[in-house]
Amino acid sequence: MAESQELQVQQKREVEKKAEATTPGRVFVPVTDIFETPEALTVVLEMPGVDRNSIEASVENDVVTIEGRIDSTKYEGMRPVYTEYNVGHYARSFEISDKVDRSKISAEMKDGVVTIVLPKSEQSRPRKIQVS
Amino acid sequence: MLASFNDPFETLFALQCALDARTASGWMERGTAAIGSFPPINVFQKNDDFVAVVELPGIDKKDLEIEAKENTIRIRGRKAIAYGEQASVHRRERISGVFDRTLSVPIRIEPGGIKAEYRNGVLALFIPRAEADKPRSIKVN
Repeated sequence: MAESQELQVQQKREVEKKAEATTPGRVFVPVTDIFETPEALTVVLEMPGVDRNSIEASVENDVVTIEGRIDSTKYEGMRPVYTEYNVGHYARSFEISDKVDRSKISAEMKDGVVTIVLPKSEQSRPRKIQVS
Repeated sequence: MLASFNDPFETLFALQCALDARTASGWMERGTAAIGSFPPINVFQKNDDFVAVVELPGIDKKDLEIEAKENTIRIRGRKAIAYGEQASVHRRERISGVFDRTLSVPIRIEPGGIKAEYRNGVLALFIPRAEADKPRSIKVN
């Protein structure tokens, strides 16, 4: 994408639920980038408005799940007069292969962006082969 | 794009809501082109004052510029995404680039009193109403 291109608003996509929710509030799919380096896979998710302490990330049965909860008490006493976007929680999960070293997965949060690093296990890292 | 996978009724409903919001609100009247551009803005009224809440995840504060003049507030900046040199990208949904948006406010404001706060990827602009513009109660003698 060219640097000078004007940014467009991305419509939020709602999570498709298998079961009905018991708590109120909508859940959206955070926009995500995934990129790979020789050492690791990195997953970057945008969750604007989510506090570091309201993030939950877990690995279970080869699935990484990230959930972020919005603090709706901040909106108490505020009457909307003009709205362009929806506010809700975020949730997304990804399947990972056995190339990922599960014990070394790390996550950090900054300015509403969650970065999850999935380091590759020693055996699956690329290595150069010498030609003799 | 993500939108193409959406439920068509959802899309239609969103359009309807956007149209309703447009006609029902006096907020963007003077700048028709400003509607729907990046970044998305929600405006709330809190007591006599207003709060504009802008979703801007992953922005460096240094790359963000806010100007207030008379009854307009201009938000502009740049959103940069760095993958690193060795990275190969599997999925790219986040967007980067420049943005420049002006919000015109249908009330008289105190341009000097606007406070901006950027936290957790959300920019909040606290817009105080001008003292002369506040409703006041009139005593009946």
